[in-house]
Order: sequence, then structure tokens, then C-alpha cells
Amino acid sequence: MATYPRDLQYTREHEWARIEDDVIRVGITAYAVEQLGDVTLVDMPAPGEDVQAHERFGDIESVKTVSELFAPVSGEVVDVNTDLESSPELVNEGPYEDGWLVTIRPSDQAELDGLMDAAKYEEYLGTLDG
Amino acid sequence: MSEALRETSLTDEHRALGARLVPFAGWRMPVQYEGIKKEHEAVRTRAGLFDVSHMGEILVEGPQAVAAVDRLVTNDVSKLTTGKALYTACCNEQGHILDDLIVYRLEDEKVLVVCNASNRDKIVGHFAQNLSLGTPWNDVSDAWALLALQGPHALATMKDLGAPPSLLELPYFSVTRASLGGVDLWAARTGYTGEDGFEFFCASEDAVALWRALIEAGTCHGLQPVGLGARDTLRLEARLMLYGNDITEETHPLEAGLGWVVKLDAGDFIGRDALRAIKGAGLGRKLVGFEMTGRGIARHGYPIVANGEPVGEVTSGSPGPTVGRNIGLGYVPLALAKVGTTLGIEIRGKVVDAMVVRTPFYKR
Repeated sequence: MATYPRDLQYTREHEWARIEDDVIRVGITAYAVEQLGDVTLVDMPAPGEDVQAHERFGDIESVKTVSELFAPVSGEVVDVNTDLESSPELVNEGPYEDGWLVTIRPSDQAELDGLMDAAKYEEYLGTLDG
Repeated sequence: MSEALRETSLTDEHRALGARLVPFAGWRMPVQYEGIKKEHEAVRTRAGLFDVSHMGEILVEGPQAVAAVDRLVTNDVSKLTTGKALYTACCNEQGHILDDLIVYRLEDEKVLVVCNASNRDKIVGHFAQNLSLGTPWNDVSDAWALLALQGPHALATMKDLGAPPSLLELPYFSVTRASLGGVDLWAARTGYTGEDGFEFFCASEDAVALWRALIEAGTCHGLQPVGLGARDTLRLEARLMLYGNDITEETHPLEAGLGWVVKLDAGDFIGRDALRAIKGAGLGRKLVGFEMTGRGIARHGYPIVANGEPVGEVTSGSPGPTVGRNIGLGYVPLALAKVGTTLGIEIRGKVVDAMVVRTPFYKR
């Protein structure tokens, strides 16, 4: 069963964000992982690049499809999970742990208020199926 | 807008097994159960069970059955002896591909034609229009189910189900009447995975019994149910054509590398004159296999470029789980079709290197 940790914030595009001091760590949710299936390639920006909230910052590919990755907040990419280059399956194995994608230094803290908590996100998921 | 999706007799089995069901050619079909990679590997190393009941089946009967079907397809059905099967293209007058088919001679005067689900209405219409008058034929797609058991442990699974030696020793591309797991069926040594295996045609109402019997007998041999997702990666590694991608009404069998199923000097068939003219004029392009040498995955519809110019399109592309590389097929001008040629694949605006390679990508 897909789980949605309480300590994370979520987007409608199925990314999660974890606030860690002055950066936020970003990944995709268990729901997104289920929809994608086996992840085979993750295309991400380089550290130092700027990303815009709710705009595409990369792509994630599974055996079957390509999906766009959307930034939960605007800011500068600080760190990129380079382990995913050789082991993209980490996203399937632990989307909230070793399968994280990037960390971003937010340029506008207020954007964090626009994200959903776990309960809200689960409610939102309920409106998608069927 | 959207018409109701059709379901096979096994849809509840798929649901119970946790399959993800998706729309495919008007049907609700399992795209995966446990995951595409795991299912792919199960078929390559053990055994996989597929529900492909969405495929279309046409039965042609009577003393003229063989001759009537022969006139509709590019391969030579007149040489097909009872109990044998062949792969063929079915073309229009322009020599373009309406569908690819497997033709089984079930009995002396009974021929089974299996077509793609997406082409069923078109092929049934084509047969209705072009089969010689007085040839009895019947679209049995709804009455029949089709299950495919594929992989190196297919035989062991059938042995455990009490399959007779005549079935276990059935030669490749042959078909026979048999009983398996208490179900009467036509068993054929054919498939769409590049592995050894069987396809079983049975009455729709017997499909659940056969499916359960095969799962039960196969589980100790590592058998898994396999969805359309892995079916696609398996067939691509084996360079088996996917209609709608690699072959369409815009392509002809000669450029698709299907010249081996075009028998210009056998009896007449629809499209023969056109294909003879195309052959005489020489091919302009060819379907080639390539593997990505740069980082990226080619997908259906991506442009193929050379020296900054678009030269063709990817018809199929995905990771190849067994070959361990990202692979694909696409049409390119003859000058770029040689093995070792570098091609560019345009992936979301970025050109990534690929190289023409020998196919099939995987051979057992």
C-alpha cells in the first residue's frame, strides 16, 4: 500500500518536499511511483540552476512512459541525487529515502504555504481515481 | 466520447492478481501485475502467462479455405500443410500493410487467421469484402479466448498439467487439437516474446479454468502472470513488429524487413503488383534497430536526425531489460541503415547519439 509520511508536504503533481533547515529535499510520491512503474532514467538540472515553482525541472522515465518533474517551490538547486544515474530503481525502492531527487534553496518561503499536508494530499488522490 | 471498454473473460482474475488495468485498443487489459521488469525477466528465465483474448480470430472453412486466405495475404498459404502455421502480412492494393497475421491450418479445410485487436474490424471487413464468394467464414473473436504461455519453463508447467507427449513435442509454428487442464483447445507453438512457448485458443467460458490450471501448475516453476507492458519489451528485444508503430498503412513489408513473408512468385494476392513495382524501383528507406549510445530512451514518434537534419522517426523504443541497453526501431534512408552507423535521436529537443545495430537485439 502506498504511504504518505506525515512530515512531508505534497504537490498536485505528486512531488513531496521535506523542510531541512535552509533547503527542501524533493522527491516523487508513492502514488507517482505506482503510476510510473519501474523507473529507468531520471533527467535533472545541475546544482546551481534555478527552478520555478510548478514548472518542469526535469523528466523521469519508466520502462513504459516519460513524465515531467515539477518543482514544489522556486529556488536554486543545491544538490542532485547522483546515485540515480546508475541506480534509478532507488526511486521505486524508497521514494522518500534513497530515491530523493534534488534539494532546493527556496527563494520565497511563502510558496511553502501552498503545499498540501499528507491528509490533504490523500484527500486529493481520492478525487483522481475512478 | 469514450465508449465502454470491453473486458475479456479473465478480467476478474487480473483484478484479483492486483493487475493495473488500462485501456488498450478498446479493451480493458492488464498492463502489469508486479512490474514490467520482473515480468519480463520471468518470461526470459522461467515462464509467463498472458491473456491476449483481445486478439481477433477469423475462421475460414470449406474446400476453398486455403486458396481464399492465400489471396488475401503476402505469404504462401498454399504451401501450408495441416497442423502448421505461418506469419504473414496482409496488404491493400497499394502494397501497404493492413495488418500482420498468423495463419494456422487447423484442419485440411479449416484455416484460423489471428489479427491484432486494434485491426479486428478492419480485417473482418477486408475479409468480408475480398474472400471469394461462397467461402464460409466466421469472426470467432468473441467466442474464443487466447492465452499465451511463454518461457523456458513453459514445457515443465504443461508436463505437470499432464500434457501428452504429442503436445510437448509439438514443433515450432505448429498447431494441434489437445486437452489441457481439463479444457479442450487448439495449442500452437507460437508466441510474441522471442522465447519458446505456446498459445492456447479455447472457448471463452473455459478461459478461467485454463488460466487457473496454468497458474497453479506453473507457480513452482516460477511462472508469473505478465501484462502488455512486458509483452512490448519482450517483443521489441526479439524485433517482432508492433502494428500501429513499426508497421502501418503508411509502410510496406519490404521496407519493414518483412520481405521473407512476401512471396511474389507464388500465387496472386492483393498488393502483389504494387509490391513487385516497389521491389523493382528499389527501397528508399528501411526499418533498422538501434541502441542508444548516449544517455536517453528513444520513444515512438521521436525524430531521428543525421547532420542536423530530420531523416526519420522512431517507431518503437524502450529500455531492453534483458539486453541491458536502451533500444529502438525506426525507418531511415538506406544510406544510414548500415550496422555501426551513428544516428541522432531527438529527445525533448536534445539530440542523443544512437548506433544502428544488428537485430534481433535478443536471441535465445
